[in-house]
Amino acid sequence: MAARIHGGAGAGAATALSTFNPKKLVAPSRTNLPAITRSKRYIVASGSDASNKSLRVRHSQKLIANAAVAVCLLSLILHELLLFEALQEGLEEEMDRDPHVCVMGEDVGHYGGSYKVTKGLADKFGDLRVLDTPICENAFTGMGIGAAMTGLRPVIEGMNMGFLLLAFNQISNNCGMLHYTSGGQFTIPVVIRGPGGVGRQLGAEHSQRLESYFQSIPGIQMVACSTPYNAKGLMKAAIRSENPVILFEHVLLYNLKEKIPDEEYICNLEEAEMVRPGEHITILTYSRMRYHVMQAAKTLVNKGYDPEVIDIRSLKPFDLYTIGNSVKKTHRVLIVEECMRTGGIGASLTAAINENFHDYLDAPVMCLSSQDVPTPYAGTLEEWTVVQPAQIVTAVEQLCQ
Amino acid sequence: MATAFSPTIPLHENRTSLPATRLVPPPPSSAFLGSTRSLPIRRLNHALAARRSPVVAVQEIVKEKKPTNSLLITKEEGLVLYEDMILGRSFEDMCAQMYYRGKMFGFVHLYNGQEAVSTGFIKLLTQSDSVVSTYRDHVHALSKGVSARAVMSELFGKVTGCCRGQGGSMHMFSKEHNVLGGFAFIGEGIPVATGAAFTSKYKREVLKQDCDDVTVAFFGDGTCNNGQFYECLNMAALYKLPIIFVVENNLWAIGMSHLRSTSDPEIWKKGPAFGMPGVHVDGMDVLKVREVAKEAVTRARRGEGPTLVECETYRFRGHSLADPDELRDAAEKAKYAARDPITALKKYLIENKLANEAELKSIEKKIDELVEEAVEFADASPQPGRSQLLENVFADPKGFGIGPDGRYRCEDPKFTEGTAQV
Repeated sequence: MAARIHGGAGAGAATALSTFNPKKLVAPSRTNLPAITRSKRYIVASGSDASNKSLRVRHSQKLIANAAVAVCLLSLILHELLLFEALQEGLEEEMDRDPHVCVMGEDVGHYGGSYKVTKGLADKFGDLRVLDTPICENAFTGMGIGAAMTGLRPVIEGMNMGFLLLAFNQISNNCGMLHYTSGGQFTIPVVIRGPGGVGRQLGAEHSQRLESYFQSIPGIQMVACSTPYNAKGLMKAAIRSENPVILFEHVLLYNLKEKIPDEEYICNLEEAEMVRPGEHITILTYSRMRYHVMQAAKTLVNKGYDPEVIDIRSLKPFDLYTIGNSVKKTHRVLIVEECMRTGGIGASLTAAINENFHDYLDAPVMCLSSQDVPTPYAGTLEEWTVVQPAQIVTAVEQLCQ
Repeated sequence: MATAFSPTIPLHENRTSLPATRLVPPPPSSAFLGSTRSLPIRRLNHALAARRSPVVAVQEIVKEKKPTNSLLITKEEGLVLYEDMILGRSFEDMCAQMYYRGKMFGFVHLYNGQEAVSTGFIKLLTQSDSVVSTYRDHVHALSKGVSARAVMSELFGKVTGCCRGQGGSMHMFSKEHNVLGGFAFIGEGIPVATGAAFTSKYKREVLKQDCDDVTVAFFGDGTCNNGQFYECLNMAALYKLPIIFVVENNLWAIGMSHLRSTSDPEIWKKGPAFGMPGVHVDGMDVLKVREVAKEAVTRARRGEGPTLVECETYRFRGHSLADPDELRDAAEKAKYAARDPITALKKYLIENKLANEAELKSIEKKIDELVEEAVEFADASPQPGRSQLLENVFADPKGFGIGPDGRYRCEDPKFTEGTAQV
């Protein structure tokens, strides 16, 4: 079945649908909506809270009460799963589709992956296609790159993103550069993925955010997934891409539950996702901070604000179209990220917005990032290094004065 | 199936204490085996050969393989080897000239003196076998079949270079001839070579294709102290990958003597530690290298796994054209210059009546003309235009993302001009 590419809005719709009360489905199916009505009409409930009062649909005339009729109208049949299962599904589907796709990493095979993303795959595809490597990140990342140059499509897993610091040599010098230095002769269609971000008291070294270190490497793309829907879609898109893609997952998001379509789909690697349309302020975020933002959004809505929340998803390159349209509408930007203050994704995004949309801003771009502190073990300290919803609310209030 | 490798006393005695200043070269053997000595036939000890980590001396292999006529090569093979080594030498000499005339820039690392290693191994490979090298890669590319024109143009930074002028001296790539680089950092290419060998095994075992491609990874003595080397020895032996690790031990890493930087300088011994044969060979002798290479390549093709081959060789020039080469002893240089692989092969061919002076001279002339023509071609070729700047950053240029106007940046007409903001 041909895969359907869903842009940012479509993805939001699916997420909206998944957390909807099934009796309140929106009639026009996403697949046959013309592009205009499809954009920015659907709102995602924050987190897993599907309470009716947090949901608002713009064209309320189209609500259909009868669930059975609605299901028929929708061409989507959904199934519910957790984020790590969505990643696994995406990976498995791609491995079924193309025998050149293989996985390599520590404990991906017999152990099933330290976060169970590759569970069952070694039994199905064998020990060579799902390769348990020794503990040598630099070498096995390089091995994946060499395999990619000679025809395979490896998915390289870092057990924790932080471990990929050991593979920095290969990622920077070979992954990013070889297509260019070989004059375009060799492509490197690898996917480098793994969980990163601040978890629950995992300690400084297991709580790193590598997106800021990798973002300068020319020749790679970086995406961050945040929902089961976009996790599967981005995984599939990344595997199919001819470019090397680094897919950032988050340790705390693996157990998020959502209903995703049975039908095959992929997400666009370069597009951002509209999570909640609004008028007053643009909040740009990605990965786990999306949920902190949505939690803050509830409070903000109660206080009378109307924030527009965009999950940028593509950390490199930035989707300046979606972001720009939002800035032109709201004139205020708040970036909420988990990266460090210094040299993080937020810093680059601030620069990009200032450069491109300076005339549209009514206030300076504000960026909330994690503290420039090695993540402490103690729970209280850890909480203070990361941006919390209360800070987001305060920042919005400040910006909207 | 047992291989010819059998555990025997290695070429060098185990030394517990080494001379303080320099590695003592092995006792000078005659230029080529089979030319002067009559060698006893040794019975293979099959039980020992079946042991997992045999250590071998090259003399044993060559003894086993000695055919009834005592020559190791035919005339055709000899001429091919000779031509390849002459090409390597002439090309590198021309590079030096061109560098000093300001036609090429940056770091240029020349291969003079080491031709036996490149020729000895690469002339046994097919087009679909892969070669991975380091920054000293011009001759590996040439031996593998990349045209002298393409390499020279690349060095001049012209559009007609093998990498469109984007790689330079240290990044020679060829998809057609399966030259997988050209790497500036030492050790970087070894994992890539391991990956290429992995693909070969994958094709055979998962994709069920008829694939017995091998990969040869060339690197130096300095690299053998680097983690990537050991990590890859482990993985290659573990997965039984069809790869040959060739150490071009020229005793010097820029100004760092191999002895001063390595706790145990005998690199071939590190192979058995990982479960693969480790072989030491005289890298100034193309026929000896070729014999070892044959065995290693056959092993790999049969699926028996990797081999570590340490070639003792020497570079006649400095580390790069920027290296004043003041640290190396004149006596050491003279000793190895006397073992010039080209002179030795010439002597062998003539002594064994495989070729005469005239034939060899005509080869030299032909190569001279080829190299001159390569320079002319490179000189006449155009420099890359601005439009090339952004072209090969991504295989899929959508990777540059979506601009503020909603279009992909690569759709911007300025993108093809190379002036777009990305």
